[in-house]
Amino acid sequence: MLEINILLLFMIIGAVIAVEVKDLLSSVVAVGAVGLGLSMAFLVLKAPDLAITQLVVELLCLIILIRATIRKDLPFSTSGRWLFNTLSTICFLAIFLTFAYFALKDLPQFGKPVMRVAKTYVEEGLSKTGAANIVAAIILDFRGYDTLGEATVLFTAVIGVLAIVRRIGRKKEGKNEG
Amino acid sequence: MKAKNEPGMTLIVKTITRLTVGLILLYGIYIVSHGHLSPGGGFAGGVIIALSFVHLMLAFGKDVALKKLSMSFAGLLESMGAVMFLSIALLGFMGGYFFLNFFSKKGLPFHLFSAGIIPFCNIAICLKVGAGLFAIFVSLVLLYKTDE
Repeated sequence: MLEINILLLFMIIGAVIAVEVKDLLSSVVAVGAVGLGLSMAFLVLKAPDLAITQLVVELLCLIILIRATIRKDLPFSTSGRWLFNTLSTICFLAIFLTFAYFALKDLPQFGKPVMRVAKTYVEEGLSKTGAANIVAAIILDFRGYDTLGEATVLFTAVIGVLAIVRRIGRKKEGKNEG
Repeated sequence: MKAKNEPGMTLIVKTITRLTVGLILLYGIYIVSHGHLSPGGGFAGGVIIALSFVHLMLAFGKDVALKKLSMSFAGLLESMGAVMFLSIALLGFMGGYFFLNFFSKKGLPFHLFSAGIIPFCNIAICLKVGAGLFAIFVSLVLLYKTDE
């Protein structure tokens, strides 16, 4: 558990730096450090599938974000109603922690999940699907419907991006302003 | 030593990229094809394959990468992956229900050709994810190019 706590502390510090730092590119790099810490946390918790996926998606997002922010320098507006913001944040944190204290008492302990449906998957996964990797057996066989939905979400996202940033139909700046 | 009008990064980056980009692509294909045996799977492998083309584009400029895999072909691959995944799911109706693992002989466990439909689903998801993310990256790059 010590490794997880160290990684969580590292991720929290990285997230705070990402919010507080003035430069946009430094903020993106700090977010990348948080993602790397999350990937290592998955690895410590013995979930290598998630660790690989988190690592590669983090890299791709980091490349896209750096590509998008490398020429832009947008300073944050730090002035404003800081008293109201701080008070409302403290108030919501207090409410959340109060309810979380009562709610989290009834949850199963960390690392000891309630295995009602998953017990069947773990016991019969190899014999029913023949896949040695239990994660692949679950997401592509027992829970194939969920994977289809996730694939549809990604497909819709790609279609949406390609429809918004396509070249056809885009107006030239200053030409049609008239 | 860099020519003035040559797109992309310096000679060092180009040489390293020429050596490593094939290995990255090969690693992505390995992750996909062994998705039912070892950690990884279609999603992670597809992203690694997309990253190899992104790597090529960052080092050599967009023309070289688009010659290898054009935008319209990436769109075609993505749609093909989606249709392939859906048709594998629909083929389960041969035996009775959606997403049936319809091979009667699933092969020996821990072998490459095993687990019925799961490797085919991995390949379909890999095509979809890889081509889709590459298409998003290319479209964003082209958007910035036309803005300047």
